[in-house]
Formats: sequence, C-alpha cells, structure tokens
Amino acid sequence: MDRRSFVSRAGLAAGALWLPSGLAAGRRGPAEDRKALADAALGAARDEGASYADVRISRYLTQTISGRERAIQSVSGTESYGAGVRVLVSGAWGFAATADVTTDGLVRAARDAAAVARANATLQAEPVQLAPNRGYGEVTWRAPMRRNPFSMPMQEKVEFLVTVGDAALTAGATYVSFGLDLVNDRKYFASTEGSYIDQEFVRTYPSFTVTVVDRTRGFAERGSLAEPVGMGWEYLEGRERDGIATPAGTLVWGKMYDMVTDARRAAAEAREKLFAKSVEPGTWDLILDPSHLWLTIHESVGHPLELDRVLGYEANYAGTSFATLDKWKSGTFRYGSPLVNFVADRTQPGSLAAAGWDDDGVRTGEWDLVKDGVLVNYQATRDQAHILGLKRPQASSFAQSWRDVAFQRMPNVSLRPGRDRLTPAQLVAGVERGILITGDGSYSIDQQRYNFQFGGQLFHEIRDGKVVGMLRDVAYQATTQAFWNQVTAICGSADYRLGGSFYDGKGQPSQVSPVSHGCATTRVDGVTVLNTARATA
Amino acid sequence: MSAIDITEAEARALLQRALLQSRADHCEVSFRASARGNLRTARNAVSTAGMNEDHVVTVKAMFGRRSASASANQLDDATLRRTVHAAEELARLSPEDPEWVAPLGPQPYLAVPAAWSEATARLSPAERAGLSAPGLAVARERGCRAASYLEDTRSVEARLSSTGLFGYHRATRVDYSVTMRTADDAGSGSAAVDQNDVARLDTAGAARIAAEKAVASRERRPLAPGAYPVILEPLAAAELLALLMEALDARAADEGRSAFSRPGSGTRIGEKLFSESVTLRSDPTDANVPGSPWASDGRAHGSQTWIERGTLRALHGSRYWSEKSGTALPPQPSRYTMDGGGGTLEELIRGTARAVLVTRLWYIRSVDPRTLLYTGLTRDGTFLVEDGRIVHAVNNFRFNESPIAMLQDVQALSAPVRANGAMVPAMRLGRFNFTSVSDAV
Repeated sequence: MDRRSFVSRAGLAAGALWLPSGLAAGRRGPAEDRKALADAALGAARDEGASYADVRISRYLTQTISGRERAIQSVSGTESYGAGVRVLVSGAWGFAATADVTTDGLVRAARDAAAVARANATLQAEPVQLAPNRGYGEVTWRAPMRRNPFSMPMQEKVEFLVTVGDAALTAGATYVSFGLDLVNDRKYFASTEGSYIDQEFVRTYPSFTVTVVDRTRGFAERGSLAEPVGMGWEYLEGRERDGIATPAGTLVWGKMYDMVTDARRAAAEAREKLFAKSVEPGTWDLILDPSHLWLTIHESVGHPLELDRVLGYEANYAGTSFATLDKWKSGTFRYGSPLVNFVADRTQPGSLAAAGWDDDGVRTGEWDLVKDGVLVNYQATRDQAHILGLKRPQASSFAQSWRDVAFQRMPNVSLRPGRDRLTPAQLVAGVERGILITGDGSYSIDQQRYNFQFGGQLFHEIRDGKVVGMLRDVAYQATTQAFWNQVTAICGSADYRLGGSFYDGKGQPSQVSPVSHGCATTRVDGVTVLNTARATA
Repeated sequence: MSAIDITEAEARALLQRALLQSRADHCEVSFRASARGNLRTARNAVSTAGMNEDHVVTVKAMFGRRSASASANQLDDATLRRTVHAAEELARLSPEDPEWVAPLGPQPYLAVPAAWSEATARLSPAERAGLSAPGLAVARERGCRAASYLEDTRSVEARLSSTGLFGYHRATRVDYSVTMRTADDAGSGSAAVDQNDVARLDTAGAARIAAEKAVASRERRPLAPGAYPVILEPLAAAELLALLMEALDARAADEGRSAFSRPGSGTRIGEKLFSESVTLRSDPTDANVPGSPWASDGRAHGSQTWIERGTLRALHGSRYWSEKSGTALPPQPSRYTMDGGGGTLEELIRGTARAVLVTRLWYIRSVDPRTLLYTGLTRDGTFLVEDGRIVHAVNNFRFNESPIAMLQDVQALSAPVRANGAMVPAMRLGRFNFTSVSDAV
C-alpha cells in the first residue's frame, strides 16, 4: 500500500469515527433532536418538582499517540457520548448521568437526579441560592481551529512523532519518549431558563522527555518546552524561526511550536545538564520564563482564589486557602507587589479554558483577581456568587465529561505584563547573582497554598548581568505572599506567552480541567533555593 | 438490562459479536462497565451528590507488528462495527512496532470472589446519606465543620481475544474520607477508610478520629524544620510505598535511569537496600485487598514477593522487556501488602521516645528520579510524640525525602491495616527530612 492509499484510508476512518461532526451523524441527531431530548429531560425534572434544571448532552473524542525512540508504541482513540442532568429540588442539588441518550434514558436520569436531590435535602443546612442568569436561546460557540487534528490522516501524525524521536536520538539522546494528546469536545447545554448552547472545543498537547545516560555520572532529563493549547494542528506547524531565544539561548515557544527542533535541542541541553555545576543552596534572585512561571501562577494564585476552596468545600481533598474572605473584605491585603496584576478570563483565543459559556450556562468574560498587588476578587460559580455580593455570576463552572457534575473550576488566570516594555535581556542585565529558570518541573504546594516548591527544566546562572553557564539540582521554596511581594520587574506585552495544564485535578470524584496561564518573564528577588541532590544528605 | 449487570455469558457474547467483525490478524476486545454513586459534604451540609453509569468497548487490532486501539461507549452493532474498523484502519496506518510481542493465549486468571460485595453493589442514595450522616453528627458534637466524601463503585470487566484468551471479573469498592476543621479554622484532622464490602466500612469511627485530631491540633507549637524520627500512619506510609512500587521498573533500571540501576551496569536485584523488617508482596486473591486478576496487557497477576527482609527480589516489566532481557518479569501489581509487626498504632506510639507523628501527606511530587527523592507536605494532624504519648500538635512541614532512604532505618512497625487499597503498617522511621515549615492548617 502506498502513501496515497494510506491517506485515503485514514480519511475514511476519520469519516467513520473521528470527525467532530459525529453529533450530527446517524442517531446522534441534529440540533433539533438534541433540543427535543433536552426538553424531555427538563420537563421530567419540572414534573419532579425541580425549581431549576439543566442538561448537558456531550460527545468527547480523544486521540493519544505515544512512543519512544523511533517507534510508536500506542495509538488509541476514544469516543464517549452521554448526558448528565442536574436538578434543584427542595433546595438541594441532585445529579445523574447516562450513556443512554434517548428520551427514556434522559427522563430516567432526570428522575434519578431528583431522587438524589431529595435524599440530600434531608442533610442540607441551607438551600442552594442561584445568582440570576438569563436564558440565551439557541446559540453556538466554536474554538478557533485552522486544522482539525481529528480529520488529518493518522499516518501524518505518526510520522511527525517518529521524526521527533529521530531528531532527539540523532542529536545525542540515549532515550526519548514522546506523546500527543488530542481532544475534541462537543457540548450541548440546555436549562429551564431557556438556554440551548452548542459549543465545540479542541485541544492539542505535544510532549516529550529526552534522557541522556552516562553510567558513571548517572542520567539527566529535559522535557518539552511547549505548552498544551486550545488550538488545532496549526500549533505544531511552527518552525525553528518561531522559537524565541531566552537570554541563555534556550528556544521557547509562543503561538507556534516546532517540536522537532525542541527535541533536537533537548538532547544537547540534557547532555549539558549532566555535566552542569550543582547549585549552591541559598538566597538567589530569579528570572522566571513564562514556560516556567505559568505553573507557579497556577498553584499559588489560581487555586487559592477558587471560592469553593476558600469556603471549605474542598477541605477534604484539594484543601482550603490562605486567601480568606476577611483578607478580601479588608480591601488592603497585599497579595503581591504593586507591579502584580492577576486577571481571570475564559476568552483568550487559543487558551485551554476558552469558551463562550460555562457549564452553568453563564456567558464568559474577564475580571480582576489582584489589582496593583491587592486582592480584589475570586473565582465563583453561579451558586456561590451571592457570597461575594456579585451582581452577575462569573463563568467558572466546568465538568470534565457528561458523566460528571459541574463545579467551580479555574478559568485562565494570568499575570498582566508590565507597563515598562522591558525585555528578558534587560531583566537579566540588572541581576547581580541570579538564576534564569526555563520550563516546568517538579511542583508541590500545601493545602492552604502558603508553602511551595518548584523545580524546572533548565537553570542558568546569572552573574553581574550575564548568563555564565548551566546549573543543575535547583528547586526553590517560598511562601505565596512573600514570593509575589518580591516581584521587582515584569517584562512587557511583547514577551507575554501562555502556558497551561491539560489535566488540572480537583474535586471528589476527581475531575480534570484544561486551563492556561499567561505571563511575561518576571524577576523575583531573594528566593530560597535548595540543592535537590543534597536534600536528603 | 443495564450494561453494568452483564453476566459472564452475556459479556462473552458481546465481545464475540465485536470479534466477528474483525479482519485483523489478531484482535483483542475488552469491555468495562462501572456504576458509581457519591455523596460529598462540606461545611456540615451536602455539597454535591450523584450517580452515573458508563461502559466502554475497546478494540485492539493487529496486523503483523502493527497495532492500534479504538473505543466507544455505545453497544449497538453499528457502533461495534465502526469501532473495530476504526482500530483496524489505525493499525494499518501505524508503523511496525519494533517492540511487538506475540498475542497472549489463554491465561490462568485467579478467581477473586472477595472483590465483590452485593451490599456495596446495591447501595441507594438514602444509604449513602446514612453512611455520611455520622460525620455530620460528630462534627456538630465536637464544634467542627465536616468535609467528607463517600463513593461506591461497582465494575465489571471482560476481555476476549482471537487467540482464545477470555476473562470476566466483577468488583465493588467503597471509599469514605473525612476532614474536620474546628470552627475557628485553627485545627484540622482527617481520616479515610476503604473496603470492597460496605459492611466492613466504619464511617463513624473515621469521623471520630478526624474530629479528635482536629480538636487536638488547635493549639500547635512551633517545631523547626530538620531531620526527625517519624511515625507515619498507614495512610501517609501508603502514599510513599505506592511510589516505591511504581519505581520498581525493570526496564528503567536496566537502562540506567532509575534508583534501582547499579552503577556501571545491571540492576540492584539481590542487594539489601532496606531494613530487615521491610517485606513487600502482592497477591490478587488476598481477601484483605483483593485485586484484579489481570494486568492491563492481559497477563495474569499471581502472588509475588518484591522486597524480602530488606532485599530487593523482583522488578516488574512489560512482556517485551521480559523477552528482551531474558528475565521472567511480573506485571506491576494493582494491590500490595507490606508485612508489619503485631501491635496497633497506639502501641507503636507508646513505645516511642520521641518522634513526629504524621497523619497524612499531600502534594507529593518527584524531585530527583536518581534517588527517588520526593517532596510533599504533612497535613490534617501533625503531632509530637514524647515518652510514649502525644504531647502536642506541631506545625506542618514540607518534606524532601526518598522512600528508599526512609526504609533504610525502620525502627518499628504496627500490624498492617487497609489504607487506600493496600495493607500497610504504621511505621516508625529513624529519620525523615523536613526541609521547611508550612503555615497551612
């Protein structure tokens, strides 16, 4: 079979299973059928005494391709289709989900959800309060996507990844593992308030880890410096020229990624790491590239400002928060230095959390969390908005699939770039003794988000304004408020980039959500650095 | 009929129906259905609760050394057909896998009757509320706010291949965890229990322990970071042991990128890496922690000793690596047991001169795979033990510690108890490295 027939057969397979138009095919039904199914569920919920109900009929496609060295080890695709019904009966929530997406199945789910709500009402101390939200009628939203990875020939994706592995090995890697996670979601939300919202999402997550082994010195690893994105295959069509050189010469990536170039460079950088100087523990000034800092923002700003954590709803698992309501009410709590502004949104194009409406049926928008260093707001769902006295709900509700109940999940939380248009080179030039950290590595933070520890992928020593060489065994420890108050410079908007998490975990049962974090290169002074090779010595 | 109630004969017929669609050289079809119910409380009230059922058919098609899989969650003939065809198309388009191994034939799967409990399988929303109610009552009595989570799962799995491999397995499980915080947020305590049979699940006992710890931790005294003797309660120990079990990977060790690689070449099998009292084993038929009869690649799980009186005896690995290395490598187990002593946690505390008692660990992440170094934090009840008794609560800590290093100085073990699906003793360790203080409560 020649390449051309491979491609045409793959196209056939795509038509059978993988096209995002799957919902419009066969018995999955066109939009009016979904509307009829949704109305049946909502009607059944009303018959059960629901004061409010919503239904999500959703289809989820994933493709995962993974391998190592020059071989593909796993190609898999999943398709999941079903519906979840949420009802408010006697002031308590109930939820039930089913893969039986028929009128009977949805009516049964609505009744099950009502039974759950009635059982819960017996334990309920105070009734659920919903912030006002209007019905939007029949509306649609689509993630921007120039090239749908699900309608591409599999052969092209496989060959692409094999090329990545080959590039790393040719450049001196001993081993390389790589993967590509692709997601295409279609969500249809309807509520008793008259919304019928049809949305389509796409997400792309390329990753690899290069290992260089020296049986006398040990081994060193360098992971991909790319980020997962809310974009299609066009993200992976970057070339070396799309890379952005850090002051250490490392190539990092913005809206386009060249995975082959990154893999090639990773091999050389992993080898360099193997022979790099072990860091001297102590106090250092840090220059943090966005490929690293997004994760610190995620853990020390995104999570502690989730209102459900603040209120204790996550106390048994994800934890609570140091950013308590009294600090917010004071209007003077200094979360960070005056340079620090954090904003929440679900609107940035190409971001992982981008959507038109959230899973409460609330229109997405943007709002300040920390302004000029002061805590000003949180992330809240519709049934929490009254606690903050909000006039309109924020769009912070998300469920990972049709079978899971929606709850408060992080929107994109980003650090606004600085106003002074600084460049990373200018930041480095002002540092006497510091470390430039690139890429995300080990991460850990306590359950109230005070004490954190982060590693990275690459560490470069800065002496007297110049990068002088690579370091290894670096991790920094700090407390959240002290760390953000030690921010002394933030680069301008030209350096602003998105990082993110494809699988942010929270809740019981645990659910994952996709979320991006934007920032520009940032300077943080006087941070405690550990030597991880000596940590147990 | 709901897919979750599928019998062995019906599962075989369903999988046969899918297999008949296949034109591949070899085809493996598996089915998994699960039904879950859950009830979550926070701030002494129900926060979310729900039920869901789902099922998935996964098809793995092979043409020579090419293979791929596809799955879907609808069971009609049309969906089965296009899922099989999608797997075949993907397989034909996949490159040849140099690590291909011949399909498995029939396997000697062990029966695991203790995995299933009819009582757990039939839990109702009202019974879930009943199991959660003691936590709320204890919280009110002790002036605490309870956040708890109860989840019950029943699942059925079946697999069939064109080489005649067939298996069918049902399991239930119920988990309850509770965190109590005092009304002034100054104290926090937690406990968690899990069982296959809900009749053995003591939610009230867990709630009492969590409340006791919350109240006792209200007045904390500062303790500086440093290396201390510790008592890890079973839940805390289980977290680190699970990471150790995962790290016993033969290929990484052979390839020189593991803490179990011997400098120069080879692995550390046969070396005494741990204290004499450390023995780790797995057995899917263990009635205390019944496991799956098979691994994800279809191999049968059997009884296995991994670490015996401190000596590393076995590493786990794939079928490919077994063939390549010429070593019979068992698959990674789904459940494990660490041998212990005869006493209780309370007796272990009574025999301790000085140690930090750790209830629970949190946010554990790899720092250095060369030494299996992990970082993480203590939470929900950290106390100082002196002269055989708990003297007061202390602040929480961040730790940087390796499960290998910590098991090199095991001073005492309690009898193992079930903790997060494993049988694990409370353990007193001579040294545990706390690197900074966490202000979290």
